Amino acid sequence: MDPARFTRVDETTWRLEPSGAMRVPAIIYADEALIRAMDDKVGEQAINVATLPGIVQASYAMPDAHWGYGFPIGGVAAFDPDRGGVVSAGGVGFDISCGVRTMLTGLKVADILPMQRSLADSLFRQIPAGVGSKGSITLDAIDMDAMLAGGARWAIERGWGDTRDLERVEEQGQMAGARPEHVSERAKERQRREMGTLGSGNHYLEVQAVAELFDTEVAEVFGLALDDVVVTIHCGSRGLGHQIGTEFLKEMVVVAEASGITLPDRELACAPINSEVGQRYLGAMRAAINCALANREILGHYARRIFAHFFPNHELRLLFDVSHNTCKVEPHVVAGKRRDLFVHRKGATRAFGPGHTSLPEALRPVGQPVLIGGRMGPGSYILVGEPTGEQKAFSSACHGAGRAMSRHAALKQWSGRKIVDDLAAQGILIRSPSTRGVAEEAPGAYKDVGAVVAAAEHAGLARRVARLRPLICIKG
Amino acid sequence: MNQTAASASKARWKHFPHDADVGLRGFGATAAEAFEQAAQALTAVVTQTQVEPKVQVEVTCEAPDLELLFVEWLNAVIYEMAVRGMLFGRFAVRIEGTRLAGTLWGEPVDVGRHAPACEPKGATYTALKVAADDKGHWSAACIVDV
Repeated sequence: MDPARFTRVDETTWRLEPSGAMRVPAIIYADEALIRAMDDKVGEQAINVATLPGIVQASYAMPDAHWGYGFPIGGVAAFDPDRGGVVSAGGVGFDISCGVRTMLTGLKVADILPMQRSLADSLFRQIPAGVGSKGSITLDAIDMDAMLAGGARWAIERGWGDTRDLERVEEQGQMAGARPEHVSERAKERQRREMGTLGSGNHYLEVQAVAELFDTEVAEVFGLALDDVVVTIHCGSRGLGHQIGTEFLKEMVVVAEASGITLPDRELACAPINSEVGQRYLGAMRAAINCALANREILGHYARRIFAHFFPNHELRLLFDVSHNTCKVEPHVVAGKRRDLFVHRKGATRAFGPGHTSLPEALRPVGQPVLIGGRMGPGSYILVGEPTGEQKAFSSACHGAGRAMSRHAALKQWSGRKIVDDLAAQGILIRSPSTRGVAEEAPGAYKDVGAVVAAAEHAGLARRVARLRPLICIKG
Repeated sequence: MNQTAASASKARWKHFPHDADVGLRGFGATAAEAFEQAAQALTAVVTQTQVEPKVQVEVTCEAPDLELLFVEWLNAVIYEMAVRGMLFGRFAVRIEGTRLAGTLWGEPVDVGRHAPACEPKGATYTALKVAADDKGHWSAACIVDV
């Protein structure tokens, strides 16, 4: 994208004043190289979002933004229900509440290395990953509704988790306002055998080592030291979320038109928050958030079980679990006034700064852990929310490296087998049912995650705490 | 509009790039045939291995226009793939007005043989286009979230 169409406010802030149907400015946080590498569609989509009714302050794109559908992936937008604000199924995405959880193991790299291979094989065998994998849990109608209402709490009550996790899961593990009765039978049917499965695409379970520390004081509060081993899981609400997204997108195209909302792109389909469909979607979407929270809790439980077999004297403690495809009601101060806004984060991580009351006591003085997935080779980052994030983008930050290249192009450039071999030579064990899937997710197909998090830090969205390098990657 | 088409003998579809996901485009002498070919492209997102037509599944869907009907069709196929744990290798589509009836032939996913690369989550309205060119050749395209 040519940055010339934007006004450069500072090193990492690019602003486009409203024109035409735009109600607010579009603001992209990125350094010049990142913005130049972005597809023109990112700008177009950020501008399109700025035209939606009730949008507050600005339509934002994070440093990892790339071409999505409707909203850019890496898009953040807040809407005020009292000013005609909307909720958009496309603004949340198909994989509702897709997110990341990182667990501390209390182990060092040296503890893992002697059994790295058998641990990788064990995780791959026991954690269902990819198309055609089968979970061991089947839910009947009563269990399904209990799961959709209960989230991670439900999983823990069923014996698949640890009560101590709850304070470190967003919403304390249970999203309020979930309405399982607003989730269609087809969506439930799609989820019946999916609990405790990882999914495919860019979803993964990784065993990672702390490779670099940027802020030792915060790292200490997070429980991170150099060479520590952590387990990170990236996945979402599986088939249930996909089906809810699909169904409401269709319904909202019709509702938007009937409500007199002009959509520059049908994928931006939305409904007024204060409408029957808007409320029904929120109830279903919150149920899908619970599904994702339960799913990650169960996968965390499986990881614990496998680690307990290899390291009986160590237990996995949850650092944090945070989603990056959601719409949440949050109080934010806009122009000096506190307002309850519906914040859409589509491929963007919530990043509360220090002192936020939703954070557990242990984390409150420093801020929320912001978990950034990298991919296989280059590694991942743990950031912490900054006080400035609130005013910059409603306390939001990037969510990953962001793709630099389509799957299509990646397939032409890399062989999955060779990637697996090359990474093994670097001490990174990849386990996946599909070598083609590995090629599509090649480390080189992603942007430089280091540049993305540096831009997020420079922009005041979140600050770097640690870099993680993978030791084992189970890829769906 | 009343279109019927048998499954085409040779592949007339392609994938086109999208930053995060994948674009599908099917071609045909009729819209129905283009829909069938796009469904072949959908299967090819998951596997490059031949899918055997062992089991037959019927689907129906409805939408106010041909483009929305195309998204409905792909989503119906995605749904059957997900809940049955199957892949489909042959498709027959009949379109009558705003309704579509489709027959899918396929088999359960065999992880060893199909080596599934990724799972389609849903068809989107992005880059959605169903149209005939001036020679009357149809194409049907959209981005699928994977």
